[in-house]
Amino acid sequence: MVQKEERLIVPDEWFRPKGKDSEEAESVVRPSLSYWKDAWHRLRKNKLAISGLIFLIVLTLFAIFGPIFSSHTVTGTDFPNQNKAPSAEHWFGTDEAGRDVFTRTWYGARISLFVGVMAALIDFFIGIIYGGISGYKGGRTDTLMMRIIEILYGLPHLLVVILLMVVMGASLTTIIIALTITGWVGMARIVRGQVLQIKNYEFVTASKSFGAKTPRIIRKNLLPNTMGPIIVQMTLTVPSAIFAEAFLSFLGLGIQTPFASWGVMANDALPVILSGYWWRLFFPAFFISMTMFAFNVLGDGMQDALDPKLRG
Amino acid sequence: MNEHQLDNANELIRNRQEDVLLAERQGESDKKQGKKRKRKVVSTEKVLTVENLHVSFTTFGGEVQALRGVSFELYKGETLAIVGESGCGKSVTANTIMGLIPQPPGKIKNGKVLFKGKNLTKLSKAGLRKIQGVDISMIFQDPMTALNPTLQIGEQLTEGYRTHHKASKADARKKAIEMLELVGIPNPQERLKQYPHQFSGGMRQRIVIAIALICEPELLIADEPTTALDVTIQAQILELFDEIQEKTGVSIILITHDLGVVAKIADRIAVMYAGKVIEIGEKREIFYTPQHPYTKGLLNSVPRLDLKEEELQPIEGTPPDLFSPPEGCPFTARCPFAMDVCDRVYPETTQISADHAVNCWLQDERAKLVFA
Amino acid sequence: MAVYIVKRFFMMIATILIIATLTFFLMHSIPGSPFDEERTSNPTIQANLEKFYKLDQPVTVQYVHYLKSIATFDFGPSIKKPNESVNSLLARGFPISFELGMITILVAVVSGIILGTFAALRHNGIIDYMAMAFAVVGISVPNFVLATLLIQQVAVTWQWLPPATWSSPLHMILPTLALATGPMAIIARLTRASMLEVLTQDYMKMARAKGLTPFRIVVRHALRNALMPVVTIMGTMLAGILTGTFVIEKIFAIPGMGKYFVESINNRDYPVIMGSTVFYSAFLVFMLFLVDSVYGFLDPRIKLHRKDGDV
Repeated sequence: MVQKEERLIVPDEWFRPKGKDSEEAESVVRPSLSYWKDAWHRLRKNKLAISGLIFLIVLTLFAIFGPIFSSHTVTGTDFPNQNKAPSAEHWFGTDEAGRDVFTRTWYGARISLFVGVMAALIDFFIGIIYGGISGYKGGRTDTLMMRIIEILYGLPHLLVVILLMVVMGASLTTIIIALTITGWVGMARIVRGQVLQIKNYEFVTASKSFGAKTPRIIRKNLLPNTMGPIIVQMTLTVPSAIFAEAFLSFLGLGIQTPFASWGVMANDALPVILSGYWWRLFFPAFFISMTMFAFNVLGDGMQDALDPKLRG
Repeated sequence: MNEHQLDNANELIRNRQEDVLLAERQGESDKKQGKKRKRKVVSTEKVLTVENLHVSFTTFGGEVQALRGVSFELYKGETLAIVGESGCGKSVTANTIMGLIPQPPGKIKNGKVLFKGKNLTKLSKAGLRKIQGVDISMIFQDPMTALNPTLQIGEQLTEGYRTHHKASKADARKKAIEMLELVGIPNPQERLKQYPHQFSGGMRQRIVIAIALICEPELLIADEPTTALDVTIQAQILELFDEIQEKTGVSIILITHDLGVVAKIADRIAVMYAGKVIEIGEKREIFYTPQHPYTKGLLNSVPRLDLKEEELQPIEGTPPDLFSPPEGCPFTARCPFAMDVCDRVYPETTQISADHAVNCWLQDERAKLVFA
Repeated sequence: MAVYIVKRFFMMIATILIIATLTFFLMHSIPGSPFDEERTSNPTIQANLEKFYKLDQPVTVQYVHYLKSIATFDFGPSIKKPNESVNSLLARGFPISFELGMITILVAVVSGIILGTFAALRHNGIIDYMAMAFAVVGISVPNFVLATLLIQQVAVTWQWLPPATWSSPLHMILPTLALATGPMAIIARLTRASMLEVLTQDYMKMARAKGLTPFRIVVRHALRNALMPVVTIMGTMLAGILTGTFVIEKIFAIPGMGKYFVESINNRDYPVIMGSTVFYSAFLVFMLFLVDSVYGFLDPRIKLHRKDGDV
């Protein structure tokens, strides 16, 4: 009965063919964003990743300009003010030679960031060449190159790094060399995987049939499409390099420059930590942890942003 | 090609041969019995009643109204095919009946699923578990992913039976062998110990069917059971469905977008569009006298031997956005007979015959004047 | 399966060979050879060196001899301590380091898996967020920082637990905690990620459709598949824990192999550094081999490699 009544409500004049000019037909089309814009959009929503990014920007600025704010030089000693707690004079306190921890922290940041970024960059270049060739050439070349990687992958990295550092002596250059000799393998694997995935895409076949040469195909078509996971890998390489540098400092293989890295500062603080000089350890340890944290959350965030299928 | 790939290839070839062999054997036995598919006598006893079912999903983009008032009935021993384009809500319907809608993000907003006098949408998880796999079973689309790659198929077959019937290992094993025989897998004793990767696609789907049937359910929901298979294997699996229904009297809900499959084994057809059942009825009536323009379009878009290629007509356009579904008939934007009324009000159900109903304004007296 | 294991075994041998070769040639390339007589004023030490490295022979003979001694588990003498060798240090220190490492792995794996599984099952819930916050912090705070913090707070300020050494179960708590937190965080994250992926698989839906108990669904169907990636990183993690013992043993003054190793680095006892590195590498590579074999056992698809072709 209700049916009948409802039917009556519909006015007769609605029964005429619908005009083709109707608006609704193609109105609701979601704006489609490009891959990178889309990824950036998603990354921006990830508050943790963005705060990591901001922290890293601020840290970089301080590493460059921080010492300007300080009236102390990095190696300038201040006797008899050794091991003084943070004060208006020494914001982060002083160490056993009366040097200003605030100034030294920013110089340490330079070393740690430099080591991390350089390691990531060099890994990136070696990895992309090796992995790119291996994945693109395929066949026997690939099998051979992957067998080599498999064996290198089995090497305990940090041990090899220790070994190299012992032999080469500790310096900024040797630490980066030692870290990259072992580090590129992971990157090469990822690049190869990406290349393999994309190799058979139609547009590559298309450019091949137009007679494009191998290097050109790699540069123009393959690389832009493999960047996502590679950028993530680079972002995650930085904290592990920073950790490795700090770790080596603890083994007495720290960088011997006029000023100390964070790892060396923390290691130097160990014997006196029980004397209550907490600031000696706190500042370098805090910045190591925060930097690693920032890179880790940023890397995770980028992974989520670049690979939306993993979102729950 | 390395050895590993070679092994794989050999295995696949072996499996293929088995498939073909099976097909031949089946054909022979059919011939022997002079079997021609006879018209089933479908009882009038209702197994399942779905009433005004509304299901939504909360996503990043907002709320998707996947089901917007789905109603139908299923009788004992019949096969009901639910057809429609992807995204029309047919799989959501199946998952809702099965109690597999993850909540959240899913939510059953309204409606009932009545099975044996119980409303399944109101059951607790523990209550549902007493029905899942025992009274209602499900078969999934892709046999390659539906089996757990790390468990022997014997375990995957028997675990449901053992859970529900508290059966001993030996009893369950006996039952499993029986089931593998039923679905036509040779050497069942030996195969129980094998892993899914050691079977071909068609074989795996047979195993999935065996798993679904092991507790002798009253209702079997098959979600695109043949889509992922080769055409020859498809035919075998469809045969198997028929055979099983004959032997066990199970009711089947078949979710598919393949009208060829529907033509073969369905008794009744429900056509879904944008979260609603827009036409439902006995198979012949739907095939020969479709009423809804969408149903007609669907039938015209299927390649048929008796039609020339030019006569094939794909339906232009895409289904509406279910974030903000239209108030009126969702098909309006694509409908060649759209009227002003279609946009504004959703049409009531019109009963065409005892077993054929449609929701379309063209059934209204006044529309008949417009397109006279 | 057998082929797979054999292949892995040869890979292991190749890796050990590379490490041994690398150490041998690095040893010889050290500026101002460590075998120089000025460095080794002690005649006993010089004699030990001559005997082990065959310094009077050509390099090829030295190399072959070196490989032979490594194959017989002889890792060389010390140049700083006349009556010590890598083997004698290992005999004293390794059992302790092994104990520390094993307890750490046990703690890290068990708690990491539990944490990751619960986080995945309560995806986007409070447990998930807390577990993952903990995991990110755990990964970011280096173990030496954590170790010092623990000593400072738990041992010194609160005086709940002893601050150093390895003499009783109570002494073991802090070092284990400091060493296990990082790996545990990594395992938790990995378990969660792979669990989340497994949970969306068709076979999980099928398991649910069978009406199985949630416990069976999670443990029998999900966990085994979800743990595959965890097994694959076990090798890397073992290496991390092993090198982690160096700093942890140093900070907690635990008389393990790591402590001797750090000592040898600090006083540039090259033969000990080299010998220990080879031993550690061999040990790690062997563990990696074990892990790979376990993986082959866990994933039946690996068995495709076997040659006896039944089916």
